[in-house]
Amino acid sequence: MPTKIEKDEITGTDTTGHEWDGIKELNTPLPKWWLWTFYATIVWSIGYFIVYPAWPTLSGHTKGVLGWTQRIEIAERMEEAKAMRAPFVGRIEKASLDQIRSSPDLLNFAMAGGRSVFAENCVPCHGAGGSGAKGYPNLADDSWVWGGTLDDIHTTITYGIRNANNESRIGQMPRFGADGILKPAQIDDVAEYVLSLSKRSTNADAAKRGETVFSENCVACHQEGGTGSTDLGAPNLAANIWIYGGDKATIMETVRNSRAGSMPAWTGRLDDATIKMLAVYVHALGGGK
Amino acid sequence: MDGTSPPDVDDVVSTKVQKAAAPLYVSRIKVHPKDVKGLYRRIKWAVLALCLAVYYLAPFLRWDRGPTAPDQAILIDLPGRKAYFFMIEIWPQEVYFLTGLLILAAITLFLVTSLFGRLWCGYACPQTVWTDLFMWVERKIEGDRNARIKLDAAPYSAEKIVKRTLKHTAWIGIALATGGAWILYFDDAPTVIRDVFTGNATFTQYFFIGLFAATTYTLAGWAREQVCTYMCPWPRFQGAMLDDQSYVVTYEEWRGEKRGKLAKAAPGVDPWAGRGDCVDCNSCVAVCPTGIDIRDGQQLECIGCGLCIDACDAVMDKVGRPRGLIRFDTLANQACRAKGEPVTHKFIRPRTLIYAGVLAFVGAVMLVALLSRATVELNVLRDRAPLFVTLSSGDIRNAYTIHVLNKTHEPREFALAVSGLQGAVLGVAGSDAAAAPVVTLAAKPDSVATYRVFVTVPAQSVRGKASSPVRFDLKPREGRGAADYDSVFLAPGR
Repeated sequence: MPTKIEKDEITGTDTTGHEWDGIKELNTPLPKWWLWTFYATIVWSIGYFIVYPAWPTLSGHTKGVLGWTQRIEIAERMEEAKAMRAPFVGRIEKASLDQIRSSPDLLNFAMAGGRSVFAENCVPCHGAGGSGAKGYPNLADDSWVWGGTLDDIHTTITYGIRNANNESRIGQMPRFGADGILKPAQIDDVAEYVLSLSKRSTNADAAKRGETVFSENCVACHQEGGTGSTDLGAPNLAANIWIYGGDKATIMETVRNSRAGSMPAWTGRLDDATIKMLAVYVHALGGGK
Repeated sequence: MDGTSPPDVDDVVSTKVQKAAAPLYVSRIKVHPKDVKGLYRRIKWAVLALCLAVYYLAPFLRWDRGPTAPDQAILIDLPGRKAYFFMIEIWPQEVYFLTGLLILAAITLFLVTSLFGRLWCGYACPQTVWTDLFMWVERKIEGDRNARIKLDAAPYSAEKIVKRTLKHTAWIGIALATGGAWILYFDDAPTVIRDVFTGNATFTQYFFIGLFAATTYTLAGWAREQVCTYMCPWPRFQGAMLDDQSYVVTYEEWRGEKRGKLAKAAPGVDPWAGRGDCVDCNSCVAVCPTGIDIRDGQQLECIGCGLCIDACDAVMDKVGRPRGLIRFDTLANQACRAKGEPVTHKFIRPRTLIYAGVLAFVGAVMLVALLSRATVELNVLRDRAPLFVTLSSGDIRNAYTIHVLNKTHEPREFALAVSGLQGAVLGVAGSDAAAAPVVTLAAKPDSVATYRVFVTVPAQSVRGKASSPVRFDLKPREGRGAADYDSVFLAPGR
């Protein structure tokens, strides 16, 4: 409790009246500039309450005369960014894929746009940088199931593979084992033949028998020598690249039960310009023809 | 009038003494330095003029660097990420040149201080230069010391308001010019000036003019000697550079004391008998820009400007005693003089030798670094996804992002090859040319060219090696300069 307020001799300031073992506290006033700054912040806050959203109410909050919200601001920023991109997007819409690739500034824009769209939409299956995964082709190598030209890639992205879109790329390998088309011994033989295409066969007799099976059942799609057909989506079996795996067990599994990986059609989800940028980007990952 | 004690400086006491009289905390006691004439004042004016001239005119110097680079001799191009100083051009990754320059400046300061005391503080420091300029303006408008003290004490009148307004207007004008000149170092100076006056400059430019104007006005107009005494670290550790062989502002106590007013003596009696040469006129205190009394000895607040020497010499001339009662001298010399021995000053001593040696060493390192500065650099970033790609032929391919830094003012073409991998071929992304052992990369002048390069190696070259070292070699198609970069090539390892 304040006991005795007295005037300090040296400074001429009053004490607070508090005393601890003879130590007294000066009641030094706040500096004027500090006080005025404090008042100014109060005045400022009143203006702020009026202009900006401030007080909670029972069903929300006061909106402020400016009507400002972070959501509106981010929407404006997005519109600005869109407007900045608009001239380029317009040019990309009109340009052909080859024109995009041969114009340095369009290519630059398409690569940057393609990279971010790829990261958002394609990376979950195809991996960062298009590195692929089991069942999802590597997009950076030189082997393509449905073709690696700019137009091929553009078509694949636009309509997808084995999906409900009418233009979707369709190709279906029969289930040679599950549907009883080939006997287990024949499947073993044809797998051995497929291994021999990439010089990995260990049983020449089986491979020889398998060649006959292959020419009767597989050549129509996978072509003579297993080189594959991008028109039919039949992978090249003579290359060292395997979507599902190139060991004998995996090959036999593929022959027995077939494979039917699917990719969505991106038309309707992404606009035309974005798909073009994506095609240019994927083409440049390293495998483009 | 005996000419010994000018009436206007009778009650001059150093701020230290005034503060000692008050307990605990006291606010700043304003210093009102008196005008003075003399050798050191003239030197101080000359250095001031030189420093201001360099500051204001240097941005207008031109230096031809060809059409691809700016022609301003001294320029820090922040958007372009380059700094130019005459023939020297610094890229961001070479910022260690700036470090070297600062080290050079620091050691030069050490050496000069150990030899001649605080010449930097007294003459060349921007704080000293601008404070001196502001004081000159103040003196022109409000008058000398006594007039200013009187004006400070006077109640507000029309005259006081006019004088104060004039002074602050002039100060703000100088401050704006200071801030205005600062931004000239960051962009083409003539263009900036035109933009600033036509209202076309950027917000950033106006902001920095305002910022530096505000700091100049505050530091040179209001803070003054407080910057040196309280804010600047240099006075705090200068004691480590000084020794008794360093030139400092000294007071010859041995002949000054015992001080006292000079009384009129009877004819035939020597008025100087039994007393010192110091007539205690306090002129040295009145002219001091930091408000100290040099007769108290060496002290942190002394910036070593020597204005008290000018003041004292004038008084000594008047009373007919030898000049130099206050003088630039070493403490060792003063000890000799006090004993009547010849002075023995040593410029060369371990301290100065070490400083000079370090200075020469750092200078040599800087010079060699500048002369051997590479005009081309190569940076290689390995792609991390995918780590490697197996091609249908079985070959293994890695992708690298290549940065070619062309620091010359001409467009250049370089040959890129790799070594360390059997049968490696290179291909540039986006180019339809077939892969080859050597590819050509073009780089525009003063810029970084970025390429994505595929390195393809036959499987047997990297069989069993998950990681192989590879060196990228970059050679210009013509002219000097080459660069290399060590990276790795990843493979399945089977």
